[in-house]
Amino acid sequence: MTSTFLGLPKPVTYAPEGVGNLRGDESFPHAARSALKNAQLRRNVGIATATIREKRTAVVAEVDDWEQLRDAGAAIKADVMARLPELLEQLEAAVTARGGVVHWARDATEANRIIVDLVLETGALEVVKVKSMVTQEIGLNEALEAAGIAPIETDLAELIVQLGHDKPSHILVPAIHRNRSEIREIFMREMPDVPADLTDDPRRLAMAARAHLRKKFLSAKVGISGANFAIAETGTLAVVESEGNGRMCLTLPDTLITVMGIEKLLPTWRDLEVFLQLLPRSSTGERMNPYTSMWTAVTPGDGPQAFHLVLLDNGRTAALSDEIGRAALHCIRCSACLNVCPIYERTGGNAYGSVYPGPIGAILSPQLTGMNGHGDPNSSLPFASTLCGACYSVCPVKIDIPSILVHLRARAVDHVRAQPAPNAELVSMKAVAWAMRKPRRFARAERFMRLGRLLGLRPGSRGRITALPWPGSAWTTSRDLPVPPKETFREWWLRERGALGSSEGDLPA
Amino acid sequence: MRIALFATCLGDAMFPDVSRATVAVLERLGHTVVFPAGQTCCGQMHVNSGYLDEAAPLVRHHVETFEDALETCDAVVASSGSCVGSVRHQHAMVARAKGTSELAQRAEHVAARTYELSEFLVDVLGVTDVGAYYPHRVTYHPTCHSLRMLHVGDKPVRLLRAVRGLDLIELPAADSCCGFGGTFSVKNPDVSTAMLADKMSNVVATRAEVCTAGDPSCLMHIGGGLSRLRAGVRTVHLAEILAATEDAATEDVS
Repeated sequence: MTSTFLGLPKPVTYAPEGVGNLRGDESFPHAARSALKNAQLRRNVGIATATIREKRTAVVAEVDDWEQLRDAGAAIKADVMARLPELLEQLEAAVTARGGVVHWARDATEANRIIVDLVLETGALEVVKVKSMVTQEIGLNEALEAAGIAPIETDLAELIVQLGHDKPSHILVPAIHRNRSEIREIFMREMPDVPADLTDDPRRLAMAARAHLRKKFLSAKVGISGANFAIAETGTLAVVESEGNGRMCLTLPDTLITVMGIEKLLPTWRDLEVFLQLLPRSSTGERMNPYTSMWTAVTPGDGPQAFHLVLLDNGRTAALSDEIGRAALHCIRCSACLNVCPIYERTGGNAYGSVYPGPIGAILSPQLTGMNGHGDPNSSLPFASTLCGACYSVCPVKIDIPSILVHLRARAVDHVRAQPAPNAELVSMKAVAWAMRKPRRFARAERFMRLGRLLGLRPGSRGRITALPWPGSAWTTSRDLPVPPKETFREWWLRERGALGSSEGDLPA
Repeated sequence: MRIALFATCLGDAMFPDVSRATVAVLERLGHTVVFPAGQTCCGQMHVNSGYLDEAAPLVRHHVETFEDALETCDAVVASSGSCVGSVRHQHAMVARAKGTSELAQRAEHVAARTYELSEFLVDVLGVTDVGAYYPHRVTYHPTCHSLRMLHVGDKPVRLLRAVRGLDLIELPAADSCCGFGGTFSVKNPDVSTAMLADKMSNVVATRAEVCTAGDPSCLMHIGGGLSRLRAGVRTVHLAEILAATEDAATEDVS
């Protein structure tokens, strides 16, 4: 990881509380417990992630220089982070020169206000939307609705989520937690022009959505999108998608408003060659996605004649100021890490509380919002991982997610450390570390542990520890524990070999 | 070769047979094993749980202990993928985070000569047949840190294939985590148990008598679940299988 001097330290500004969707209501272990009880959800997510996982593995194996592409992706993103202010100004100049208007939003509140005002100026009461993570992040739909404007999600899965009054649970496939019969029920209940004889056949469901959306595309005066990439050199924006709904939203309305996080930049047009190879294969497991739309502000007589670009911070500068954590900003939202994560596979995305779930969400959300200690659900996210490393092995831009998780755990613990109230876990971790610092103390602790052998004598325990009081009960609820052995290894060595080979160091007392 | 055994704190306190087996294999291959008695713990649990202040003195102690040992030894060997992973990928980072770059360099020196057992046997000693005999149906779980941190690849499997009498059955979804994750297993017990349940169904589906792996902690987790279910499958560390011979079948630790 490269470290870059970013100027004098300033107080960091996190994404504001109470606006947008970066933080849930309960801690990950609690939310996960409820999610695990939902057998339908576990089955839906399990089947879907396994399918995408296999597709990804197959198409990645076709590319001989995949590892070099990953290295290139990581290097380009590291360069972007190191030169972000300069590249953003370059982008602004290029967009402005081509007839676009650039707006700077410090946070979700500012971004929502800018966009709502822009839509109100056009007089439109309805906007069509391209699937976009960043507009979910800032809670744009809620803000538009509050201003009397109806946002229409046009991505099929996003539409399912919107009609179901639900929350997206996956970066790429927001309705991954729904199966087709659930989707049919949602359409029957919520879609005004739904055919009465709709079945749960995927083609019929897609056709129903298509008919519903076509009217919206043709009548909408304003389109709103996010961006997968923005090229600083040319001012070009890019959206990659599968359904063609994005192309409709980006070309048919008179006014186009694009919101992007400031980290989405690429320096040059040439850099797209790397990312357009990395993204589709990592994301949908396709060699190339069906629709790639690129536009540079306004082209007279063709497409939207008014273009606004909203550049959003919302905690990104705070993440950038963390030398280790900033690599989370390299993320291109492919969701490969979600699909391989054994935790995500079992809990689904909503347990993470934020619109960014899974391993990347566990390192991104807490950095955008900050972690405010025990009561803060986002303080529990860095701990929602076994550090198994599956995410790191598939990340197309090689974000070392396990190392960043460990780093953020340390930040969370340091927050606990700074509190005046004593903390049981901190006290016991300190005690264990104290015992481990000297071999004599450790040997004494081992002898004390041997008392645990008594627990294996209880009737029915078969020489194993089957029940412990809290906090040990968290283990023994579902797992036995072996009783400590009669003799530790160091005691055996001393007895058998003491005189022969262990002259180094001090001997157990 | 003269090898310093790193028994690991959990291995020393709870699974002495694993280190005894490691000693047996290395000595059978004609090498000398010493046990630096000053050793305690690599600090992995503290690092992975975010307690870097507490981990830092443990890292220093580990580096000092094995730096001394390496004065007279050629390598450090441990039978735990995750502890070796911590030594190799975390010790220098902890030292640097706590402001001692001099210790970080020393940690890198120790890490460069620290090996997980299967790596040491295959890469350093160039051996796959260690002369073991183990007439059982066995399935192998590649632990996450040995697979994705140390990249041991198929080395453990090559060692197992060379064991006489051993019937190796492929574990479905082998590379999926068992749900242990150190303190994760108690901080997120429900998710941990859900992951364990899937791992156990896959183990049971192989109809193996024994599930083996290169890390005592993951085996403690899988074994703890199998024991609770009375599944009839034992967990045995890779080192114990490699140590078993016709003459002296090691006792199984289930």
